[in-house]
Amino acid sequence: MENVTLTIDGREVTVPKGSTVLEAAQKAGIFIPTLCHDPELSSPGACRICVVEIAGMRNLPASCVTEATSGMVVYTDSSAVIEARKTILELLLANHPEDCLTCAKNGECRLQDYAYYYGVWAGNFAGERHVYPVETDNPFIVRDMNKCIMCGKCIRMCAEVQGNNIVDFAYRGFNTKVAPAMDTSLGRSDCVFCGNCVAVCPVGALTEKAMLGKGRRWEMKKVRTTCPYCGTGCTFDLNVKDGKVVGVTSTDGEVNGRALCVKGRFGYGFIHHPDRLKKPLIRKDGKLVEASWSEAIKLVAEKLGAVKEKHGPDAVAVLSSARCTNEENYLMNKLARAVIGTNNIDHCARL
Amino acid sequence: MTNTIREIADTDFILAAGTNTTESHPIISIQVKKAVRKGAVLAVIDPRKTEVAGLAKYHLRIKSGTDIALFNGLANVIIEEGIWNENFVKERTEEFEAFRETVARYTPERVSEITGVPADVIREVARGYAKAKNSTILYTMGITQHICGTHNVFSIANLAMLTGHIGKPSSGVNPLRGQNNVQGACDMGALPNVFTGYQPVTVEENRVRFAAAWGVKDLPAKPGLTVGEMMDGAGEGRIRGMYIMGENPALSDPDANHVVHALEKLDFLVVQDIFLTETAQLADVVLPAASFAEKDGTFSNTERRVQRVRKAVEPVGDARADWEIICLVAAAMGYPMSYGSPEEIMKEIAAVTPSYCGISYERLEKGGLQWPCPAPGHPGTGFLHAGKFSRGLGRFHPVEHVPPDELPDEEYPLILNTGRRLYHYHTGTMTLRTGALEVAYPEEYLEINCADAGKLGICDGDRVKVSSRRGGVEVAVRVTEMVTPGLVFASFHYPEVAINRLTNPARDPIAKIPEFKVCAVKIEKVS
Ligand code: SF4
Ligand code: SF4
Repeated sequence: MENVTLTIDGREVTVPKGSTVLEAAQKAGIFIPTLCHDPELSSPGACRICVVEIAGMRNLPASCVTEATSGMVVYTDSSAVIEARKTILELLLANHPEDCLTCAKNGECRLQDYAYYYGVWAGNFAGERHVYPVETDNPFIVRDMNKCIMCGKCIRMCAEVQGNNIVDFAYRGFNTKVAPAMDTSLGRSDCVFCGNCVAVCPVGALTEKAMLGKGRRWEMKKVRTTCPYCGTGCTFDLNVKDGKVVGVTSTDGEVNGRALCVKGRFGYGFIHHPDRLKKPLIRKDGKLVEASWSEAIKLVAEKLGAVKEKHGPDAVAVLSSARCTNEENYLMNKLARAVIGTNNIDHCARL
Repeated sequence: MTNTIREIADTDFILAAGTNTTESHPIISIQVKKAVRKGAVLAVIDPRKTEVAGLAKYHLRIKSGTDIALFNGLANVIIEEGIWNENFVKERTEEFEAFRETVARYTPERVSEITGVPADVIREVARGYAKAKNSTILYTMGITQHICGTHNVFSIANLAMLTGHIGKPSSGVNPLRGQNNVQGACDMGALPNVFTGYQPVTVEENRVRFAAAWGVKDLPAKPGLTVGEMMDGAGEGRIRGMYIMGENPALSDPDANHVVHALEKLDFLVVQDIFLTETAQLADVVLPAASFAEKDGTFSNTERRVQRVRKAVEPVGDARADWEIICLVAAAMGYPMSYGSPEEIMKEIAAVTPSYCGISYERLEKGGLQWPCPAPGHPGTGFLHAGKFSRGLGRFHPVEHVPPDELPDEEYPLILNTGRRLYHYHTGTMTLRTGALEVAYPEEYLEINCADAGKLGICDGDRVKVSSRRGGVEVAVRVTEMVTPGLVFASFHYPEVAINRLTNPARDPIAKIPEFKVCAVKIEKVS
């Protein structure tokens, strides 16, 4: 493949032909802020926060849609660039609630990060603001369009990855907003609540309902694991706080990327459900009553042993589980064959 | 699956048979949609008008249980029009002539009569599938849950071999497995006839090797019973004791009333689960297990990818990981079984399982591995059967159409089909307790076509009793074009609508899969 070499902030960077200036900078570890850009989605070059200065060009081009060419000389933090970025941030903040104190995305918000980085606040442009009702009529996703920065990532995620085209830009000018067809709520649209739009929202406009008030993002330990539902095997992060799973968020899974379905993303509530079995139970006088582990295990061994003694090992049957791990299924196969002495082992592969 | 999930996006022709992909495998459906956006032709075979059928160029709404006729018909057209892959058939397969003779009788016209699919559509789909550069077949339980399930699968494999659409990227035969680790449970020997990695128990050498690895004198040679046979055995008193881990047959198995009676007859039943399921309520001892978030381990997905499960929190209460509990039971039965961690168990698995030989936790830290992974440095295998089938030559199995075990009649005039819904999973043990999914989708309903509803004087939302020769349940109806006239559909997620009380336990004689997808029912309005 053909390469091109360009200079960014005085450093030479070589990238494959066809790369964007943004990609070249990222490769060299040079920071350029982005809001609407996402490597997995198409690039509209709309938010312009990623502008750079390029020698010989009159305007400041958006680096996410500008192709890197040989000999190009790029400045990512000239005063013109910084001024432009600050102005964009000021305009965004002018129409933003700035309620970071209570926002679920506090600490994991690009707008907040960049405002902090460039020392910007709404001040200069304070003018008319939107006052949209916050949408909470479904059990999964909270939509607060007052916080939306119109990056359009949710629209592209839904169309280009999820393939469902539920939301799009509606209305014009100052009134432009992201909405499902006829500007209804997600709950009334054909939305399947995969939450993949939530996964790419860079601000607090789209958040996971069940995670609200469950902890600040920086307090949550992320544990990468595999979804317990269907055979697709999606990867996600369990978000843990104080020994409890308080949410599921996307990571970069080999099978699924950041995409998940409604079960994987929002179906973790069973883990700490009050109905969970917490103690062994033994039937006494027809009723299941709590028992100790040693009592329960002893009884199991005795009873299975007795059946084996009296009727032979093939009078015992074992149902292993398509829900349990490989290691557990392996041990069950060992228990049935080596310990009990029967091949009567199966699971519900057929169901 | 013979291929990798992501390969689906680069396919030119997708034949999706009996898979409600967007609801049952949402993330796989993303790849299907991507392929369609890139110009692939999608043909969906399903009596129901599912969401994925709505995306298809061809929706073949076949009569339930006529898949073999359809696949034979497709093969008939492909041979008739000379668009089969002669080289592939010559070099890589055997028994072609017998197959050719059989499918010769399945002309599009005859197949159209059996299946209800217009002959022209059969021709077009056959041409599309055969001529595309890469064609792939996706299927799920809609194919396998029939008394002729194995033959259905043969008829699919025949088609792939006939056209050479197997053994290369984005071309293959891809069953989408239902449960998170159904692939792994099979790989790990949780089957009556094989040890890990599908090594038959009937082969003496295997028994000797496993006996040595496990430190026992000998191992049983006679293949054991399948789930359905176990339940029959329990009912007849041949099975006296049962150990059930993480399964809920009282709701998930066909003819569920029979299953409950069988389990009640046991001398001893121990159930290990995370909730007090309908099955656990019948047990003599219930052992509280840890959920997936509370233990380490691995799952193997439908594309044979072994991936890590990681412990995020401590088990609730006194619950323990299933692997720890099994060790306790084994030890109490006089067989010392102790492992420091699941990682140690995986080491043992790799040592006795050729296809998992190269898999270790250390490697899995860097990402999943697709088996066969026969050596520590092996990168894993994305698609199967490149250059050669595992048995050498691919064999054509000529198969004939057989009608379902139970057809509608005067008394039970409708066909019941069962399946899954997007928001729920299996018997609902987990998804009905999430604080979210059951809020969005609180109740099951029975789908019925407008024509049938009209005849029965039933309106949307009415409550009906739907019953078969085996049992009945009450449920609200949804009048819809999703199902064809004569067909009704419900999921098996809800304990209140235990639809498997109705389903037919008649099984495929080879794979022993019950015919969940077809049984005869009647419907009465309840006031
Ligand atoms: S939840 Fe999924 S389907 Fe709904 S709008 Fe977001 S991306 Fe689209
Ligand atoms: S997130 Fe959805 S598609 Fe992915 S494994 Fe879980 S249930 Fe299956």
